[in-house]
Amino acid sequence: MHQLLAEAMAAPAPGLTRLSQAKPGDRGVIADVRADHTAGHGVDVHELERRLLESGFVEGATFEVLHQGLFGADPIAVRVDDMRVALRRRDAEDVWVQLESK
Amino acid sequence: MSEAAMRPARVALVGNPNTGKTALFNALTGSRQKVANYAGVTVERKEGSLVTPGGRTLSILDLPGTYSLRARSPDEAVTRDAVLGRLAGEAEPDVVVAVADATNLRLVLRLILELKAVGRPMVLALNMYDIAQRQGLRIDLAGLERELGCPIVTTVATRKRGILELTAKVDDLIASGALSTANVWREPSAGEIRDAHREAQRILKAHVRPPEHPDTMTGRIDAVLLHPVAGLAILFALLFLMFQAVFTWAAPLMDGIDASFAWLGTVVGQGLPDGLIKDFIADGVIAGVGSVLVFLPQILILFFFIILLEDFGYMARAAFLMDKIMGGAGLHGRAFIPLLSSFACAIPGIMAARVIDQKRDRLTTILVAPLMTCSARIPVYTLIISAFIPNATVGPGLSLQGLVMFGLYSAGIVSALLVSFVIRKVFWRGAVEPFLMELPTYKLPSFENVFRNLLLRAQIFLSRAGRIILPLMVLVWILSTFPGPPPGATDPAIDYSLAGMIGHAIQPLFAPIGFNWQMVVALIPGFAAREVAVAALGTVYAVGDAEANVGALGARLAQHWSLATGLSFLAWYVFAPQCAATLGVVKRETNSWMWTGVMFAYMTTLAYLASFAVYHTAVALGAG
Ligand SMILES: Nc1nc2c(ncn2[C@@H]2O[C@H](COP(=O)(O)OP(=O)(O)OP(=O)(O)O)[C@@H](O)[C@H]2O)c(=O)[nH]1
Repeated sequence: MHQLLAEAMAAPAPGLTRLSQAKPGDRGVIADVRADHTAGHGVDVHELERRLLESGFVEGATFEVLHQGLFGADPIAVRVDDMRVALRRRDAEDVWVQLESK
Repeated sequence: MSEAAMRPARVALVGNPNTGKTALFNALTGSRQKVANYAGVTVERKEGSLVTPGGRTLSILDLPGTYSLRARSPDEAVTRDAVLGRLAGEAEPDVVVAVADATNLRLVLRLILELKAVGRPMVLALNMYDIAQRQGLRIDLAGLERELGCPIVTTVATRKRGILELTAKVDDLIASGALSTANVWREPSAGEIRDAHREAQRILKAHVRPPEHPDTMTGRIDAVLLHPVAGLAILFALLFLMFQAVFTWAAPLMDGIDASFAWLGTVVGQGLPDGLIKDFIADGVIAGVGSVLVFLPQILILFFFIILLEDFGYMARAAFLMDKIMGGAGLHGRAFIPLLSSFACAIPGIMAARVIDQKRDRLTTILVAPLMTCSARIPVYTLIISAFIPNATVGPGLSLQGLVMFGLYSAGIVSALLVSFVIRKVFWRGAVEPFLMELPTYKLPSFENVFRNLLLRAQIFLSRAGRIILPLMVLVWILSTFPGPPPGATDPAIDYSLAGMIGHAIQPLFAPIGFNWQMVVALIPGFAAREVAVAALGTVYAVGDAEANVGALGARLAQHWSLATGLSFLAWYVFAPQCAATLGVVKRETNSWMWTGVMFAYMTTLAYLASFAVYHTAVALGAG
């Protein structure tokens, strides 16, 4: 409950979740890509944001989580618009999405 | 037409990865290709030429695939610099041909917008048009041409369709005197990437109707190949098949090569008078060339699988499946391919590390690649195992010797994972670079492309290895030949040579790990190529033609060495940087003596520690 609350407060707008939390089959629209990650990436956060954008994770793109790895459900394979991209969940944290209700 | 109008022109192919640039390059230039390196960097430079229908000579440059001119890897930096005309020793291209996968235009449109900012005359090749048509994708070509302000040609590179039209358009563009406009490109910010994407989106919407029959095949294949459990099982089955092929299919070919070089050495030897010249040609040069060529079958078989799987679109999936396992050790999922190649030979493995776009991940991969058991270690392992490990069975279908061999392979893999873990902690302070990778749609590989790429790999391996290994073999031959033995000497000639002297001099260093001076002497020529140590042991123990006579040499070793010494030698060979050619390639690929030194130091340290531990444990257990 606490964690949910924290998530909701960190969210840039109500109803959004991080792509890193999505499960296979989840689909929707990418709402916000932003560099609010603090540390641990080999590149600075703005660089990560640019790389995400260049791979097609742009506000307004539709997405669907297609597959995930066996161990720790990581990495994930995501359909973004009409292409497929693989990424690690930790790198997907900066992508906020609006899930479509199933 | 005037002379000036027909001057030769330079054309650069630029596009996203997997859009068929290489196929287009092959279709354009056929066999008129040259592969070299760019000055100062180790990125492959592929250039070819052709004559247009109008009679103009075009030289075509195939540039590494990229999503943006904002380069992130050494490969992509070459593409950026080539397009911007910043590359040392390269003139800027007269025309840029942007190669796009017609079925996947979104990302390439953004690259095209960047290319437009650079301002060179440009032609857009909409490749894979066959697939686009099959899918019923409607592209308003005239509208797109107007929008982008550059001529468009549709092509099917694998069937050589649209090639003439493409060269004609390039020709027209040059003849019309199209000039470069001012270069206004600069590295885009996140906001500018968003804007460019929005613009690409608008163009796409205005001129492209979504496919009537979108590709569903890729999704269906992925459901199996990316299945968490089945996918991994298939991957391991494929790996197993590959290894079988590399080790069993290649064996007769390798024996054939070995035999023909031995034969050549004998024949040439017979034709020459005894003496230094004969020794040099037969033992130095011919044996040297043979020791390089013998790995060619394995490397070709390995690359055959790799190219086939790459063209099919599977390699990105393999990287996806392996990412978590490799990531735990601090490696990138893509490191999987280079490390796999290293089982044949670390040299192509290290060269294959270029597919990793992150500098640190790439370096880590290069540093641990030589720990994978390359095929040059096999002759050494086989010799020592047959001499010291009893040919007993330890279970149904399990021989003790086979088990030890397996153990040696595992030791290599496990230590590679541990070392990369440590490298990440020590050098990168735990930072993990992002892992973002497009999963391309599956395609049937084209036979011609696979064949051509295979030929290219062979060429590259031979020229690189030849340039590095051969001179080293010659050097080692000189070391172990001069000075010659005094008249009436009874010990093997190598004892009196420089190599012998060095061996005797440094033997005390190796005494704590149980090596006698003969072993140390054998290590010196073994530095040219690992398996040469077998021949060298044959020389110092005066067993004629040791490679053909492993049994006799093994028996001799079993007399002279204790079990502890034998095991210590094995442990040494698992870790030691016993291959000068690998060090040479690491220097070229990292462009740094520092990293080459780091590799040499850590591998030597590991080897020494492992041998020390193995030797003393064995001695304590009574095997001394
Ligand atoms: N059906 C079809 N397949 C094509 C066409 N062009 C290329 N291919 C296939 O697409 C795959 C990728 O082609 P490559 O030429 O390796 O692509 P590339 O752009 O050089 O890729 P990178 O070297 O990774 O940048 C191969 O399997 C080709 O056989 C085409 O016009 N039609």
